[in-house]
Amino acid sequence: MTGAVQEELDRVFRDEWGQVVATLIRVTGNWDLAEECAQEAFAAALKNWPEHGVPDRPGAWLTTTARNRAVDWMRREAVGAAKLKEVAAMIPDHDDEPDEPYDVPDDRLRLMFTCCHPALAMEARVALTLRTLAGLSTAEIARAFLVGESTMSKRLTRAKQKIQHAGIPYRVPPAHLLPERTPAVLAVLYLLFNEGYTDPLRSGLSSEAIRLARLLVHLMPDEPEAAGLLALMLLHDARRDTRLTADGELVTLEEQDRTRWDHAGITEGVDLLDAALRRGTPRPYQVQAAIAACHATARTAADTDWPQIAALYGQLKQTPVVALNRAVAIGMADGPAVGLRLVDDLAAGSLVGYHLLPATRADFLRRLGRYAEAAAAYRDAVELAGTDAERRYLTRRLEEVSR
Amino acid sequence: MKYLLMICGDESAEAHANDGCGGWSEEMEQRGVVEGGAGLRPPSEATTVRVRDDELLLTDGPFAETKEQIGGFVLINCANLDEAIEIAAKHPAAGYGTIEIRPVLDVPPEYV
Repeated sequence: MTGAVQEELDRVFRDEWGQVVATLIRVTGNWDLAEECAQEAFAAALKNWPEHGVPDRPGAWLTTTARNRAVDWMRREAVGAAKLKEVAAMIPDHDDEPDEPYDVPDDRLRLMFTCCHPALAMEARVALTLRTLAGLSTAEIARAFLVGESTMSKRLTRAKQKIQHAGIPYRVPPAHLLPERTPAVLAVLYLLFNEGYTDPLRSGLSSEAIRLARLLVHLMPDEPEAAGLLALMLLHDARRDTRLTADGELVTLEEQDRTRWDHAGITEGVDLLDAALRRGTPRPYQVQAAIAACHATARTAADTDWPQIAALYGQLKQTPVVALNRAVAIGMADGPAVGLRLVDDLAAGSLVGYHLLPATRADFLRRLGRYAEAAAAYRDAVELAGTDAERRYLTRRLEEVSR
Repeated sequence: MKYLLMICGDESAEAHANDGCGGWSEEMEQRGVVEGGAGLRPPSEATTVRVRDDELLLTDGPFAETKEQIGGFVLINCANLDEAIEIAAKHPAAGYGTIEIRPVLDVPPEYV
């Protein structure tokens, strides 16, 4: 096969898998069958396209092929004639009516809301989204979440069974449910993004999250929080390559090489955010994106608009972690002594055991020149740090203040 | 779809035993989604039955000694889980106890 066809096939797979599965689920009502038929359609394309060339509308070709497989299967299983007719009629064959739009655009949105239904466990929502919408294989998802393939396979099966047996509807929720259901979808995408963002070996998850968030923004153009989430992801992702050295050492925001940030990504994120903010009271993802934008658009670390960042943290729900970040921003704006006082006020709260609490204290103490106390706080932080990169970074700081 | 709403609560929920459902029953009857249900006497008055090797075993009390116990149940018939969730969330017991929604097993047509 020529490289060009393979490349095209990969692209089509990425772009069309979700649509093919989403449409097949709608018309067959059977998730496993939908996935199987989609898989067979892609296998058929792999055979057919190198010989006959990529069709003009590859998505329509795939959906039709998958539909035909579903009809065959239903015939074999003697599914009722009415249902069969419905499936057969669902899309025109790709030969006739080429101008007819073949897809119902909100099938993927239906699929997204169903995969992210709050009656499913969070881990099931994430896995199902990756499998059915993004087209990752069960083995790939298992690897991404560090569980065995059979465990992941069971998780997916159970989720699909619950959708079917508990009667989770395959639909975009009605308007009155959207305010509570849209955040559930956004939360799945953000979790996915963060899984990939915190572990360089799994950065593919972040790309999938961004791709799905783009799709969501496209499908829900009137939902500013979807745009806010996409902006947030893009603004974080723009710094991805500068957060670690070639040896895997952590580089703080302050020390990152800002010329290496992805400036196209930053511009896209800021534009999206600006458009979303014009639509009214900003909600949490937009506020977080605004904070990320303050960092991303500061030419140097010293140019960072810390008072603005502190004010933005003040707009978020004051969880202990948000309060800590706000204390950092105020400390950066008004001086380390003020920051330290705020952090010490938090110390008695629910942040006990969270390594960034002593790490933040240590940083303010270091900036105040109180090195002995800083060293003690860095030691506490090293003890609690979750990853090797964090431990090495904190140890480096500890050595600096111990000299 | 048929669902069983199991209305659970801890001991403090007993205080609500005779509260009634504040319009919930009327609304649901009117919508035609309720197929049956009842409130229950407290678990201290329960008797648990098992038969093992043809021997009848009786225990005083509920089948599991958990903090939350079933205090009532409603069988509903509605469009889908979203509607079942909406119905359960409106029940006054959702405000102090817990309501478990269980889809009822589909019985193959030949047994109906």
